[in-house]
Amino acid sequence: MSEERTTRAFQVNGEDHHVSFSVHHSLLEVLREELGLTGTKHGCELGECGTCTVLIDGKPILSCLELAAECEGRQIETVEGMMQGNELHPLQDCFADLGAAQCGYCTPGILLAAQALLAENPSPTRDQIVSALSGNLCRCTGYHKILEAIEWAAARMRGDEKYRPPESAIYGDPVEVEKASDG
Amino acid sequence: MGNAEHPEEQEGPVTSDQLRLIGTPFRRVDGRAKVTGQTRFADDLSFPRMVHMKLVRSTVPHAKIVGIDTKKASEIRGVVGFLTGESMPDPFGILPVSQDEHALCIDKVRFVGDPVLAVAALTEDQAHEAALAVEVEYEPLETIATIEEAISTPEPRIHDYGDEGNLHKKLSMEFGDVDEGFDEADQIFEDILYFEGNTHLPLEQHATVALTEETDRVTVYSSTQTPHYLHRSLAKVLGLPAARIRVIACPNGGAFGGKSDPFNHEICAAKMALTLGRPVKICLTREEVFYCHRGRHPVLMKIRTGVKKDGTLTAQHLQTALDGGAYGSYGVASTYYTGALQTVTYELPKYRFESIRAFTNKPPCGPKRGHGTPQPRFAFEVHLDKIAHELAIDPAQLRLQQLVAADSVTSNWLKVGSMGLGQCIEAVVAGSGWNQRHGKLPEGRGLGLACGSYLSGAGLPIYWNHMPQSGVQLQLDRSGGVALFCGETEIGQGSDSVIAAITAEILGIDLHDIRLCVADTDLTPVDLGSYSSRVTLMAGNAAIQAAERARTLVARGAAEKLDVPARELVFAEGRVFHGENPDHGMTFQEAVVEAESRFGTLGTTGSYTPPRSPGRYRGAGVGPSPAYSYSAAVVEAEVDPATGIYRIEHVWMAHDVGKCINPALVMGQIEGSVYMGLGEAMMEEQVFRRLPKKRSGALVHKHPSMLEYKSPTFADMPPVTSYIIEDPDPNGPFGAKEVGQGPLLPMMPAVANAIFDAVGVRVDQVPIAPHMIRQAIEARERGKPGRFGPKSFPEIEFGVPLRVPTPAEGGDGKATNVDDAGVRAGTGTMTERKDAVKGEN
Ligand code: FES
Ligand code: FES
Repeated sequence: MSEERTTRAFQVNGEDHHVSFSVHHSLLEVLREELGLTGTKHGCELGECGTCTVLIDGKPILSCLELAAECEGRQIETVEGMMQGNELHPLQDCFADLGAAQCGYCTPGILLAAQALLAENPSPTRDQIVSALSGNLCRCTGYHKILEAIEWAAARMRGDEKYRPPESAIYGDPVEVEKASDG
Repeated sequence: MGNAEHPEEQEGPVTSDQLRLIGTPFRRVDGRAKVTGQTRFADDLSFPRMVHMKLVRSTVPHAKIVGIDTKKASEIRGVVGFLTGESMPDPFGILPVSQDEHALCIDKVRFVGDPVLAVAALTEDQAHEAALAVEVEYEPLETIATIEEAISTPEPRIHDYGDEGNLHKKLSMEFGDVDEGFDEADQIFEDILYFEGNTHLPLEQHATVALTEETDRVTVYSSTQTPHYLHRSLAKVLGLPAARIRVIACPNGGAFGGKSDPFNHEICAAKMALTLGRPVKICLTREEVFYCHRGRHPVLMKIRTGVKKDGTLTAQHLQTALDGGAYGSYGVASTYYTGALQTVTYELPKYRFESIRAFTNKPPCGPKRGHGTPQPRFAFEVHLDKIAHELAIDPAQLRLQQLVAADSVTSNWLKVGSMGLGQCIEAVVAGSGWNQRHGKLPEGRGLGLACGSYLSGAGLPIYWNHMPQSGVQLQLDRSGGVALFCGETEIGQGSDSVIAAITAEILGIDLHDIRLCVADTDLTPVDLGSYSSRVTLMAGNAAIQAAERARTLVARGAAEKLDVPARELVFAEGRVFHGENPDHGMTFQEAVVEAESRFGTLGTTGSYTPPRSPGRYRGAGVGPSPAYSYSAAVVEAEVDPATGIYRIEHVWMAHDVGKCINPALVMGQIEGSVYMGLGEAMMEEQVFRRLPKKRSGALVHKHPSMLEYKSPTFADMPPVTSYIIEDPDPNGPFGAKEVGQGPLLPMMPAVANAIFDAVGVRVDQVPIAPHMIRQAIEARERGKPGRFGPKSFPEIEFGVPLRVPTPAEGGDGKATNVDDAGVRAGTGTMTERKDAVKGEN
């Protein structure tokens, strides 16, 4: 394996970095190992799970498949850049409140994919969210809390502060009474 | 217990029924860290001078190791050390009865992926390159690929222990006179079903970082669900006193049972760190995670049930055959679990259970969500659907008419407490419009119903002992903050939030005034681990005891100052005040100052040990739980009879959780279980194939990658209507029972039953692929039974069963033929059987 190193300049979360790394290393490796930005996770390092999603020039990409050497001059956003000062981004806030992050391992990638979607389409339909996230696996949540959290955050980002996720998403559905034997 | 030396044991305030925090959807305590990327998973850690380790894994399924040549590898730049099996000769394993693993294989390898050597280098790339350069010479042994081959090939043995040949475990037990039960039946139903193996697929690949502080002291950070059991294995293999080993379980990036064994890579990392004197990290590749496995056992099942005309079950005979893979793991317990919980849902007055677990040359199977119980539950619930259909009884009614009673003891001596299955069934029946729609939808559309039950923690620890299964320690000081120490492990389920909320509720303080220190064997009281859905109940009860003791101390400090009896004080909203006159009080912090002034440094502990179970026979150790959760599901499927392609249109799931500690987290567990159950029903399978002879003929994993191991995506997940049923159990903290595993159980049979309702054919195995439905339809068109599934169950000589009279027969929980039973029916979960028996007398 090559031990040749290279140095590249790119912006990460709005900050300039000149980073030296092994020429064959992925953006994932450089973010985590050279820049210490371990918020970006990995589940396969083969482009199969979506866990390592970051934004390059606003577009979601799989950082495990992206050669860092090819990121010269580009703008990279990771989960560490989402907070606004000490405040959570609305997506982060809604994910935390709804329990859309259980183990939280898929969360950074999904948050960034959702952020890219909302930047393009502030009022996505459920189907549009599903298709934007269909490359991101989550093994914990069963996906519903994630969808509800994104819809909630989208509403807040549109300025609709009254929107709330359905009660049934938090408390379950009310149980109706009907006996099986009635049928 | 008035004892002046133990003021925390004296009479104190009581917890009011008016809960402020418990039952509300508060944000989980680690919520912010998880959405900001601040949660530190094991692979996120790094230390100065850290080196990277890789394991060289076997490329053949069963072979003697003839030689290992590291010459080329050692010439690679950056390589700093190697380990082979000789340096760690002591075996380990999660169960005391199957200590059959070595940190690195010594004489032979047993599956493709079995680790043979560890190499460390300055960079991960160098370690990887060195691992590839290591040459291992093997002398192949016959490969045993299936249960049938294990039965027919007693030699060569994969292990030199076990019940016979390549059968690891064989057991037979009978509760009540089953033949008599069959005589009472009007009809006997028999089915053979198969549940394919599948794996956990947590998104986080297992990782471990080990470092030394002294020559004989090592700290191991790991993605493990069971730091305490890892701690024990490390002590055994490293030969160090446990007090010199510190295990810290990092939050797990998903686990589902897959991180509950002590693993080779964890022990090797510790050994390598002790050898090199510098930090060592290993992070498994996704392919290696498939080899670590410990997932769902493939199980073949034969179920025979005697039924009266009105649908009443009179007796059941269940046979299960488990494909265990290459090592013991939790397998002995898994084997028992394929029979133990058949009795806790519907009255089953007489019950015979026979089982084998085979060793095969595949990655070891172990516990996955539902541990050993989803397979027989699938068999039972599909079988019941067929019985209902045959007898023209509504499937919901068939179940409702013979529910196990609350507060009863089952035929195999399990003590059932609260039992909300009836409410669960009624909720999904009403919600899905079952009565109007089941059996009446157009061709291609169908509804299926199924139920399940699961443990809220196993009644016994994995090794026999008299100590608590969970402990909590609280430390309070003049800051008003409370530090909470507990050995429990956060695997995503929200256990940190549960123990913090319970403590905050009892002390009447804000969740954020609690600081957690968890899963650290140096600092926290032992908790056995995040498995068997035990943490909410066990750590929760320990937290209650510790918090109540702390409240008593603080109340006694405040009482004097306020001149109010301690028991009349109320703790709420960060204040301590007189219940009859809320204005008369002080802040919690001021009250702590009073208590600290009076009693000195403040700290309390709480412990939990489950109640004794009434079963006294060998094998009674698997199945008991302080409380059982219940679930019922209705699934709606749309099936295209021309192609067999089907979709799940909707799921209704009701789960009896006893009492919600946090409804949002409960919903998350229900939806996550529905999702994972759908994956198992529809697509997930860990399967193997033999390479052609010219390419070594090895038995290899068919698809050790996430792309090919199919799991449901966002687009595959149907709408889910969830009902939270709360039938509080007196053994649960605030009445709470488990929710992490139970709701998975009904999913697989509900899908199979829905497909039957849609197109009238049975697929008696999971996962259900479209071609199976097609083949069943084609069989029906040819005038054969419309069924796809296994045709036979192997002939196995199970010997004389252990006979245990049931409670209804006046039994005392003991077996009547201990000496002549042909089975070695030890539970395998205790080190010392003699000790265990002593403990019971
Ligand atoms: S880590 Fe799985 S897609 Fe990149
Ligand atoms: S929250 Fe665990 S994988 Fe998504």
